[in-house]
Amino acid sequence: MLKKDRWLLPEGIQEVLSPQALTIESQRRSLLDLYQTWGYDLVEPPMIDFLDSLLTGTGHDLQLMTFTLTDQISGKLLGVRADMTPQIARIDAHHIKTEQPSRFCYIGQVLKTKLEGFSQSRSPLQVGIELYGHNGAASDIEVLLLMIQTLNNVGLKDFHIDLGHVGIFRSMARQAELSEVEEDALFDALQRKAVTELSSYLSTLDISDEQKQQFMSLTDLNGDISVIDKARSILTGDEVQTELDKLEAIAKGLLARVPEQILYFDLSELRGYNYHTGVVFVAYLPGHGQEIAKGGRYDGIGKTFGRSRAATGFSTDLTHLVSLVSKPEAADSKETIFAPAAADAALMQMVSQLRQQGKRVICQLTDSNSNAQALGCTHTLSNDSGEWQVLEVTSA
Amino acid sequence: MSDTLTIALSKGRIFKETLPLLAHADIYPVDDPDKSRKLILDTNHDNIKLVIIRATDVPTYVQYGAADVGVAGKDVLMEHGGDGLYEPLDLHIAKCRLMTAGPVDDKPITGRLRVATKFVNTAKRFYAEKGIQVEVIKLYGSMELAPLVGLADRIVDVVDTGNTLKANGLEPMEHIADISSRLIVNKASMKMKHQRVKLLIDRIAEAVNQ
Repeated sequence: MLKKDRWLLPEGIQEVLSPQALTIESQRRSLLDLYQTWGYDLVEPPMIDFLDSLLTGTGHDLQLMTFTLTDQISGKLLGVRADMTPQIARIDAHHIKTEQPSRFCYIGQVLKTKLEGFSQSRSPLQVGIELYGHNGAASDIEVLLLMIQTLNNVGLKDFHIDLGHVGIFRSMARQAELSEVEEDALFDALQRKAVTELSSYLSTLDISDEQKQQFMSLTDLNGDISVIDKARSILTGDEVQTELDKLEAIAKGLLARVPEQILYFDLSELRGYNYHTGVVFVAYLPGHGQEIAKGGRYDGIGKTFGRSRAATGFSTDLTHLVSLVSKPEAADSKETIFAPAAADAALMQMVSQLRQQGKRVICQLTDSNSNAQALGCTHTLSNDSGEWQVLEVTSA
Repeated sequence: MSDTLTIALSKGRIFKETLPLLAHADIYPVDDPDKSRKLILDTNHDNIKLVIIRATDVPTYVQYGAADVGVAGKDVLMEHGGDGLYEPLDLHIAKCRLMTAGPVDDKPITGRLRVATKFVNTAKRFYAEKGIQVEVIKLYGSMELAPLVGLADRIVDVVDTGNTLKANGLEPMEHIADISSRLIVNKASMKMKHQRVKLLIDRIAEAVNQ
């Protein structure tokens, strides 16, 4: 390794310095406090886990994203978690034997093999909540509310929330009796709203013209809440109509609690289609081209762990959120007191008193020629006729 | 950025053929990109700007939200992968075909096929689907030269009239895809500037269908 390469970090890996690191830590604490007040229990899943259990549920999507290593003890493959959601599913299925809804919150670093998502980081600080055991609008609304509060808490405002519902496309595909390959191809074109590819692919399918029309209309079914009514008149099928009712209930319930929140609807938004089963949502911030938080419903994720329950939740990357706030709390402007190196019992007592009051005191080390200004201190302790006093540092 | 609508275009054919479409949406550039050295062009609207960038950079600008809307060839989009983008409109401009080509008097090739192209991902995918193992050589231009000097057996490139191929003793072989330019939209812009973006798409769609 060349000398100049030694300080380079791997791609998508970052080190965080003060004051940002301090902001992240204080946000971490305050978010966990927030989740406590909503009754969410903190859980701490392990950093590495057997690969098989990491890849359940969301499995397929996560496989390429997970770093793997071999366990010297069991001989099995281990994975470093790339997403904490499947681990929470195991906790719910295995440890929590209740039929009542369970609420979990978590925060921790995850590792991804590829640059992805919020900030193109490979080691995001994933924070999120999961609500297990309730299937209905109420739990989705609670999760959405808490996502909004989380973003507010970090200091973000004016974000937009984009709501979609994978159940609508899923029901339509089932009605049209599409094969898995056909469904995948349509999904891909819809994700990109690629009208040309969609219509040329639909023309090769053996389904009714009416069904083709309905699939085409999905690319256009986006906008404000009126989209739901528009969809009701275009899309047919009882299942589809039920899913639309559910989406409307969630939107109306949310707006009743936070009327000023900007909502956007997009029925061809099928993010995480492989594991989501109901509503999916993403938060966007004006001026930023990428999503900042996401979530949705993924019933049945715990099935492989022996217990299938309804589930909904959201997650985001706290490191990224903090970096988006225009003025992170300036921790360096905080009062810092300089204590000169002196073998004086009164000084030492004064220093420990100040520290007990929560003040930040930096002691000068003997033989060092540093002073209050060089250390960035705002105050200094000085001996005024036998008594130590805190004096403000005046800029020279 | 939040108030401004930024449209990314590449110089040359795409720019020339997009202008009439933008004109239908009542958007005219104030500066001429051939004369001006500015990279951000003002338009007759204060809150609409044009950025002039390399064709292959257009999807990247739009994906990251540096531009809200862009015009990019399907060849560039296929190579980029199109992640994080919407491509809601085929503009039917800058039409051509993406093809493989090789020497006219081609002898059967033994061993691994060497393919020179700037569309590395697309070429790999195309040959993988046919079950042919290839070695892809990335070039940035003048692909036609590669088979002549023995650098590659085949090239993958966009073909319009085929004159350049002919002049260099090559002929088009397999058809990979029909290419035309697409209007692409950043996902977040589509949602947060929905009305303006939708209006723009509708107006341009009118012009395309005329």
